[in-house]
Amino acid sequence: MIQFDAVHKRFPNGTTAVHDLTLDMPEGGVTVLVGSSGCGKTTTLRMINRMVEPTSGTIKVGGKDVTDQDAAALRRSIGYVIQQSGLFPHRTVLDNIATVPLLLGHGRRKARARAAELLETVGLTAEAGKRYPHQLSGGQQQRVGVARALAADPPVLLMDEPFGAVDPVVRTQLQDELLRLQKELSKTIVFVTHDVDEAVRLGDRIAIFRTGGHLVQCAPPAELLARPADDFVADFLGAERGLKLLSLKTLAAVPQGPAPEGDTWSLVCDETGRPLHWASQRTELPVRPLRDGDSLLAALDESLASPTGLVARVDAAGVLTGVSSRDDIHAHAGQAHADARVAA
Amino acid sequence: MSIDWSWISGHTDDLTSLTVSHLQAALSAVFFGLLISLPLAVVAHRIRPLRGFLLGFSNVLFTIPSIAIFVLLLPVSGLTRTTTVIGLTVYTLVVLLRNTVEGLDSVPAKTKEAAKAMGTRPLRTLLTVELPLALPVIMAGVRIATVMSISLVSVATYIGDGGLGQLFTDGFQRDFPTPVIVGVVLTLLLAVVADALLVALQYVLTPWRRRRA
Repeated sequence: MIQFDAVHKRFPNGTTAVHDLTLDMPEGGVTVLVGSSGCGKTTTLRMINRMVEPTSGTIKVGGKDVTDQDAAALRRSIGYVIQQSGLFPHRTVLDNIATVPLLLGHGRRKARARAAELLETVGLTAEAGKRYPHQLSGGQQQRVGVARALAADPPVLLMDEPFGAVDPVVRTQLQDELLRLQKELSKTIVFVTHDVDEAVRLGDRIAIFRTGGHLVQCAPPAELLARPADDFVADFLGAERGLKLLSLKTLAAVPQGPAPEGDTWSLVCDETGRPLHWASQRTELPVRPLRDGDSLLAALDESLASPTGLVARVDAAGVLTGVSSRDDIHAHAGQAHADARVAA
Repeated sequence: MSIDWSWISGHTDDLTSLTVSHLQAALSAVFFGLLISLPLAVVAHRIRPLRGFLLGFSNVLFTIPSIAIFVLLLPVSGLTRTTTVIGLTVYTLVVLLRNTVEGLDSVPAKTKEAAKAMGTRPLRTLLTVELPLALPVIMAGVRIATVMSISLVSVATYIGDGGLGQLFTDGFQRDFPTPVIVGVVLTLLLAVVADALLVALQYVLTPWRRRRA
């Protein structure tokens, strides 16, 4: 969908921002560009909608060279979400979202109707549409930013550290929302971040850049974590990259058995079957029940925290279905690593 | 120094027409001042090297004594309202130009960037993003320019215009304080009312600044 072919970018001051970049970003997938600051990831993103012009090489979107197109028209056909949202402070939330449809000459009424629809899509109330950006929280502003980028239903979405300025809890929510949206919309998304965990969570493919604008490795997250191309990538992914790999796997396949009864510890549930806590004769300890979709990493974590080494498994309604042992979880974790090595 | 109230009641028509003429001169100056300042400010904002020159030039104009300006203009436009308005317009430039440039400077880079990235062309960005966001600073300039012009109109009495300023010369010449006092009070009132109206106008034009979170 987006193809970089031997792209160079040198700024007038002589620094090379992007060095000989050849990269394919597949249609309907999330490509995450990561690297420390000054590695050229943002420049790479901004060359796609011609906010930055390449010094040499070609960039194609949907098979068409971007430099052959009118820059403003090209930008209207590509969604763009910026750090700290970049909303227009003097326009209501609704009019902010309607920006591109209005530029495209859709009528005001039609543009606003579309904007109202999108408010809901990104999880905001209709009431929020009448407000001005400064009246919203940082997380809400980011949602508006995403809605604005989606307004003209562009096939491509560029996101430049969109969740960089919000707190970790909101950040996780926004990431979840993006994944949910992406499931529905299947956009071609290019996402820039310096946060490895965010990259692993969101990316179908991750491209790691090194200072000087060199692309070091581009691969699916599991492959990247199992087989980093060199020490730079390994260092960048961090010492816990084995654990990060587990965050990509769910515990659906881990076998479960019946909850223990009459042992030192027993699992106490409420009358509907939802786990409440672990109980011994002397004390109670908290339980964090997990669903099939939760990650092996979460399961491993809970198995260490649980007094019995057992992880309570629940269905979508939160009702206990069984427990999994630390050994089974460990075995699956090991298998996940072995699989990743083979796949890579 | 007592006020001759009967003089006032006997001259309401004159006072009304002088007030209207006074206000008209001042507002024309602000209008033309804006007309000239806006494009110049855009140029000064976009083309850095011209900025110092344009702002410096408007400062120099401001230092010319007001009577001198009228005298200089006499061969060009004579003893007319045009001379008054041109003279006053020159003085508004220094405030209007500087504030408009500063207003444009105050627009966050992030916001302009967003407009560009959404596919807004430069002229539309200027009209629909930059100028609205610069409005509070521009309006601060308009308020100063308006009040300043209202007080300056009187100087044009020297060239036979001057609105309410004519009351001062009249009063001084006849050693009769009432017209002077009335002139001062009406000028003050005009300035206060005009300023209040501009504050109200700004309130209407910038709805996003009303409800602070």
